[in-house]
Amino acid sequence: MITVEVLLAQLSGLRPLDLERWISNDWVRPEARQGQFVFREIDVARVRLIQELRDDLEIDEAALPVVLLLLDQLYDLRRQLRELRDGAVT
Amino acid sequence: MDDPYQTLGVAKSASQEDIRRAYRRLAKQHHPDLNPGNAKAEEVFKKVAAANDLLSDPEKRGRFDRGEIDAAGQEQAPRSSYRDYAEADAGRRYSRAGEAPPSWSDDDFADIFGSAFGGRGRGSGSDRPSRGQDEHYALTADFLDAVNGATRRLTLPDGRTLDAKIPPGTADGQVLRLRGQGGPGWNEGPPGDAMIEIHVPPHPFFRRDGQDIRMELPVTLSEAVLGGPIEAPTPAGPVRVRIPPGSDSGTELRLRGRGVPRHDHSSAGDLYATLRVVIGQPDDALKAFLRSWEPEHAVNPRPSMEPRP
Repeated sequence: MITVEVLLAQLSGLRPLDLERWISNDWVRPEARQGQFVFREIDVARVRLIQELRDDLEIDEAALPVVLLLLDQLYDLRRQLRELRDGAVT
Repeated sequence: MDDPYQTLGVAKSASQEDIRRAYRRLAKQHHPDLNPGNAKAEEVFKKVAAANDLLSDPEKRGRFDRGEIDAAGQEQAPRSSYRDYAEADAGRRYSRAGEAPPSWSDDDFADIFGSAFGGRGRGSGSDRPSRGQDEHYALTADFLDAVNGATRRLTLPDGRTLDAKIPPGTADGQVLRLRGQGGPGWNEGPPGDAMIEIHVPPHPFFRRDGQDIRMELPVTLSEAVLGGPIEAPTPAGPVRVRIPPGSDSGTELRLRGRGVPRHDHSSAGDLYATLRVVIGQPDDALKAFLRSWEPEHAVNPRPSMEPRP
């Protein structure tokens, strides 16, 4: 788990204001510990995903929630499918 | 290591803008999160991203062009992508299904097995013959069709037509099973059944009571007092009924065998008609008669409603 400072240092081109907005939009959901955000690996990967969607795939932030919603549902389904296959859900 | 220019599909003389455009075009196509489960897309995306890392930076690109560094030197440590987490348990953090574990309906299973394994329903990828799915339909039959029996033609969503034979005495909510008319079998298994739930809306005056039918039968004052033959409706059509003289509102007549017809192991039911005397608009003669009428036996129709001492 890493803090905002470490995250900003790790991901080049990530601006603090963008990250702040993404968190307040609920696109990224870090945990709050002792008054500051901490990011797990999945949160870091998601921040990078949002960066790539916006900067490389040219999806502007107005359309991003739609893309995230669809991706999240896709991963929900894939996770459930995997659980089914593994027999976790019977 | 592939030539990064080739990977991006641009000429050595391409401008930085060309490189950026080429990278974005390929990224949109091969981004691993847009192609989960597709290892090839991920492989392509990694190469494209590495090529872009090298060529998008004019300084690195210059050193590569001059042969100071090679493409491999620029390869980054393997990075994990979002989907590595999203599909695992950690991904629940961004689940749209809420906190509760997923709940499954049979339809979900049918869909998932259908799409994931190319089979239908219980096919689930095995070679065993299996029976097709039962398919459920609803059919509204009017009251008399349900009582007397009828044949109704259904058009199924796939365009087939089915003749559903509604047997006499069918009750609301009863399910007809048409064998072999459901979904096709898998691997030469037998087809499933069509299950047709019959809905029977209420009738304006007949009411079903098991095998019997009940109704209220309006009669005139003189029909009730003097009796006589009248025509009464029954589920099978009108019949002549003799009203006994001296009948009254509430008198119940039983028309034997005129209820639900005989079917399966049940014998035919009866039709119970409860008379209701309807006076209607009285004419002067009736009024004059009643004014001069002295009943032989005075009758109190409301004894049970009077306060007890």
